[in-house]
Amino acid sequence: MIFLIDFTPIKPDFGLIFWTTIIFLIFWLMIGKFAFRPIAAALKKRESDIQGSLDEAKRVRQEMANLKAENEALLVQAREERAHILKEAKDAGNKLVEEAKIKAKEEAQKIVASAKEQIENQKMAAITDLKNQVGAISLEIAEKVIRKELKGNAEHEAFVNGLVKEIKLN
Amino acid sequence: MHRYILSFIFLLCFSVFAISQNEHEPQNGGQPAGEQPANMEEQHGDPGVIDHQAHGEASHDAGCGEQAEHEFDPGATAFHHIADQNIYSIGPWSLPLPCFLYAPDHGWSVFSSGKFHADAHGNGHVAIDKYVLVEGMVQRIADPSFPDGEVEVAHHPYFQKVKKEDGSEKEAAFICYESKLYPAEDRSTADGGLFGGGITSFYDFSLTKNVTSMIFIFALLSWMFLSIAKAYKTRDGMAPKGVQGFIEPIFLFIQDEVAKPFLGHKWEQYLPFLMALFFFILGLNLFGQIPFLGGSNVSGNLAVTMVLAIITFLVVNLSGNKNYWEHILWMPGVPAWVKVILTPVELLGVFIKPMTLMLRLFANITAGHMVMVIFVSLIFVFSNNGLNVGAGYGTAVGSTLLTLFMMTIELLVAFIQAFVFTILTASYIGAATEEAHH
Repeated sequence: MIFLIDFTPIKPDFGLIFWTTIIFLIFWLMIGKFAFRPIAAALKKRESDIQGSLDEAKRVRQEMANLKAENEALLVQAREERAHILKEAKDAGNKLVEEAKIKAKEEAQKIVASAKEQIENQKMAAITDLKNQVGAISLEIAEKVIRKELKGNAEHEAFVNGLVKEIKLN
Repeated sequence: MHRYILSFIFLLCFSVFAISQNEHEPQNGGQPAGEQPANMEEQHGDPGVIDHQAHGEASHDAGCGEQAEHEFDPGATAFHHIADQNIYSIGPWSLPLPCFLYAPDHGWSVFSSGKFHADAHGNGHVAIDKYVLVEGMVQRIADPSFPDGEVEVAHHPYFQKVKKEDGSEKEAAFICYESKLYPAEDRSTADGGLFGGGITSFYDFSLTKNVTSMIFIFALLSWMFLSIAKAYKTRDGMAPKGVQGFIEPIFLFIQDEVAKPFLGHKWEQYLPFLMALFFFILGLNLFGQIPFLGGSNVSGNLAVTMVLAIITFLVVNLSGNKNYWEHILWMPGVPAWVKVILTPVELLGVFIKPMTLMLRLFANITAGHMVMVIFVSLIFVFSNNGLNVGAGYGTAVGSTLLTLFMMTIELLVAFIQAFVFTILTASYIGAATEEAHH
């Protein structure tokens, strides 16, 4: 094997200079314009998108937390209200029943009282009637008796009537 | 765990097999001893045509005497493997590449390097318009007496030491045609003679192995990034998937760790440049590390890193603001006599910065490629160039492990060097565009 002891890579050859210049400039300008810039722009856009999404997620989560807290508070309030309402209703029911009972009692008492009064009245009427009858009967009796004994004695008659009046049944 | 161990053993066996396949190659593919031409005396001081008709043989191959047999030289092997070539060899196959050659005295020559009819070592035996293929690289015979068009030449070039003008010796290739040796010239290089190159009789604008690899990486990266960009559009609002998910962390790493910290609010303006630099260098670095795929040393070639450094230099200095130039030319806030010292230093720094970028990438990647070739070369060194097969197999195991280790390191280096180039560029741009704050 024969070799030239010649370190050629250090001798810049015009052809290689020419081609390197052309190829590199085309690569820089073409790929720079159609690939590097669009890629950088896409990466930048994605970066801001991701940041935006993260911020949005954070915000939404905060909002959700707020909403949840609100809901919970609302729920607690509703529960309290329900209990309150239930209690009120119960109370009202109880009151109504109580009132009805009292009223019924009063009514019953009233009825009983009025019945008693009526009975009393009837009794009194009956007694009066009876007294009158007894008086009349007694008068008749006394008339008959007196007619027999004392005929037409007004003094006696008044005395007897007075006696009759004094008679009290019970 | 068992799976990993098994696959490791499998890889090891495969590597040893592949290496031992290569090991036989010099024996089979090299010149058999019987056909070796007679030893040739070294010629000094005459780079011109050397007449060897004294031998009197008309055959193309033997017409110029015997080629001296060379010892196996791991350094030279490594230099050969990391060099750019006009053919693309993958294993035993060599793919021809288009050649665009320009000689000021002849004009353009365009043809496929397959026309050279190169052998397994990349030596062509056909000359086309005075161009010949030597060790996979196009060279040109500047001699006007050599005929144009397609001519058949000797099957292998002859190497001789020639004295250069400054008195130093240099090994040069000679092509044998009709029993005459013609010196073949290297292509022109832009080092101004600093590293032994310079302007010669022709310029090579061919789609060489490095250019082809670069185009392939360019196409691959383009397809990848365009489909990723499309994926971001069509899969908007969805998680990244497939290659998109693979590239995204790397992209974000460069964007968030390199572009944003150094460039401040101007990062978007320079992002495409930094990304292009990073992925281009990374792609080339990694492509060179793929075994059995030619191991193109693209980002380890000074021409490539020079272009990247010059573009970086232009981007940095063209985006430099008033504040930047003020700090270079007339540093505010220091005594006048310090300014006189500081200004030349700062001016030098403007040029040294891209130069270090260029050399750092070049040296790291080239060194990585060389180390691996040299580890594999150890097999041939210890097996005494294929004569001692047992020692060769023994060394193969050790050097396979070493090479595997180096390849792992090189994967890291590929990433680190691309990253370092990009982050330094970002810091230079950042310094050039920084607003005054005092």
